[in-house]
Amino acid sequence: MMDKQDITARRAEAWREELRKSKKAKERTDIPRVKMPELDAAYRVTCNEEVNQGLTEEQALVEAQRCLDCPEPTCMTGCPVEINIPTFIKHIEKGEFMAAAATLKETSSLPAVCGRVCPQEKQCESQCFYVKKLHKQPVAIGYLERFAADYSRLHDTGELPAVMPSNGIKVAVAGSGPAGLSFAGDMVKLGYDVTVFEALHEIGGVLKYGIPEFRLPNAVVDVEIDTLRRMGVKFVTDCIIGKTLSYDDLHQMGFKAIFVGSGAGLPRFMNIPGENLIGIMSSNEYLTRVNLMGASHADWDTPVLSGKRVAVIGGGNTAMDSVRTALRLGAETAMIVYRRSEEEMPARVEEVAHAKAEGVQFMTLHNPVEYLGDENGRVRAMRLQKMELGEPDESGRRSPVPIEGAIEEIAVDTVIVSVGVSPNPLIPNAISGLEISRRGTIVVDEATMRSCLPDIYAGGDIVRGGATVILAMGDGRRAAAAMHARLQSEQ
Amino acid sequence: MNRIISKEYFSERVVKLVVEAPLIAKARRAGHFVIVRVGEKGERIPLTIAEADTQAGTITLVVQAVGKSTQKLCALNPGDYVTDVVGPLGQATRISKVGTVVCCGGGVGVAPLLPIVQAMKAAGNRVVSVLAARSKDLIILEEEIRRSSDEVIIMTDDGSYGEKGLVTQGVEKVILREKVDACVTIGPAVMMKFVAQLTARYNIPTEASLNAIMVDGTGMCGACRVTVGGKMRFVCIDGPEFDAHQVDFDELMMRLRSYKSLE
Repeated sequence: MMDKQDITARRAEAWREELRKSKKAKERTDIPRVKMPELDAAYRVTCNEEVNQGLTEEQALVEAQRCLDCPEPTCMTGCPVEINIPTFIKHIEKGEFMAAAATLKETSSLPAVCGRVCPQEKQCESQCFYVKKLHKQPVAIGYLERFAADYSRLHDTGELPAVMPSNGIKVAVAGSGPAGLSFAGDMVKLGYDVTVFEALHEIGGVLKYGIPEFRLPNAVVDVEIDTLRRMGVKFVTDCIIGKTLSYDDLHQMGFKAIFVGSGAGLPRFMNIPGENLIGIMSSNEYLTRVNLMGASHADWDTPVLSGKRVAVIGGGNTAMDSVRTALRLGAETAMIVYRRSEEEMPARVEEVAHAKAEGVQFMTLHNPVEYLGDENGRVRAMRLQKMELGEPDESGRRSPVPIEGAIEEIAVDTVIVSVGVSPNPLIPNAISGLEISRRGTIVVDEATMRSCLPDIYAGGDIVRGGATVILAMGDGRRAAAAMHARLQSEQ
Repeated sequence: MNRIISKEYFSERVVKLVVEAPLIAKARRAGHFVIVRVGEKGERIPLTIAEADTQAGTITLVVQAVGKSTQKLCALNPGDYVTDVVGPLGQATRISKVGTVVCCGGGVGVAPLLPIVQAMKAAGNRVVSVLAARSKDLIILEEEIRRSSDEVIIMTDDGSYGEKGLVTQGVEKVILREKVDACVTIGPAVMMKFVAQLTARYNIPTEASLNAIMVDGTGMCGACRVTVGGKMRFVCIDGPEFDAHQVDFDELMMRLRSYKSLE
């Protein structure tokens, strides 16, 4: 999909050449990486305000100078939606913030979201020249992306990305999470009549029910959804493909192809004794009650159990979101219980650091084996097995091994189980003939994201199991390109 | 969509609402339920679909005002809109011709029982329905149940209507008198527990439709998890009906009390 000629041609534009020559490379590489301003830890745990405050214009202008505008921008290979990174950063360096935002929107439907939640250290920034060749900290691509997207939101002129004339072809999307929104954005730009069907009462999937306000404000997500709506994408809430509308119904309604982005909503539990006690819930339940259903507000109807001593089981980003939410709901003690060491934690380094600064305790190399309840059935304690790291397995990862006899009991009144998710079986069960893997994911061709049924494409967690927002978006883009090619060839 | 077409009071606290929901009416089968939300700050609650009219594009919900959300729903009037209605959810009841089926429902459990009674009858079964409630004014949908049953036995705690006694007494009477091939039970968890214990003694296959705390109703949170045959199952996607002899009813009753202090 990445067009090398286009990248080269853009880099060769006169303004870019002039900008490159305006500063010596040495001057650029001597600039230290910008630090993200953030709310003070003691204050931020008392509220739901966004922790990262975003770069100031001055900071963004300086950070943008660090980018060397490489002839072969390796950073772009690390971005699943292939944002033209040097182009948008050079627009920022020139002070053309709206042009920078427009560059982002060429390939990303949710730049303000990605700038906040992508693990850039594993993606674009890991491929930056600074990391690869200079052994320095990478250009803060994520911070700059967020800066440009936020700038355009705050200075909205109502201008929309270019949309091709309508071709009258109807396509359906099941699920309004990152995969579905990314797909919908690309298809509407290509002139398709796109309808997104969402099971919940809100659009956005994990961006709304999962990721908390202090990391991704709903208002930011809503602006990006509204942009898609204004471009012509139709959204239908409270409608479950496979339940409310069948595959046949969609055909009868005239949909020529369907993209399934229904996610990996099914929470995993550990199946250990006492796991069904009151006060033990999945991170999905906990975060949905708080983020989607407003359970922390007195005037919203949904309640949530959140006690004084909260343990979150797991080491991923969802675990960090849950444990930091517990602190904000008034927990006196909030701890992470993880069976490996901190080094193996899948959560972003930034999230772990934020959690620590906020006072979260880390019980690494511990694994729950049983929960104990009180006379009312509420959890009162957990029994933890201490672990040590064994020899590396075939994948090179050292697996945790129980230390015999080393069991400790710790008092807790709330436990959030955050040990992963499985693909939601609703659509796989409802559409006969769809090939499903043993893990419950929809099997697709990796290049086209097409399933074994010619008119069904799929992407995101329903194909990958639990993965990231940006990988889901990349899948949505690839599916859109492949579906477009197929539908055009049929015309 | 979601407009309330009619409202009827079965008793002071039990209301029958006919709601415009054409897609759900068309797709639903006996045993399915919907998730309903009243107001932008409302919670999501599960309600079984009692009847559906595909011609009129409506579904019928029977709601007992027991807490904040059901009170808000019962306070709505014809012409008002329910903020969100999503479904049909869950697995449909497995309906087949087995012979004689005893369908027993307690309180508002008779509402979700009705479509199962109708489907069992339509499949060619002999259907004996046992309806139970605390007193006469809490017996609902008797006429509709009668239309699809070969016999109806009414049990009231206080003897104000039908026979005095519990639902299990009515069911046992049938079992002692004739061969019963299957049983379906819907009502309070404690009632279903005792029906399950009774039919287990007589080796009668029994399905119970479980009521659990739910949030999304689509399998993504696990709030509704129950233990069936020693395995964790989700009521919203694996159920709501399960083999009653395999269900851990004590755990279900305990979990239903999770939010007692906050209700």
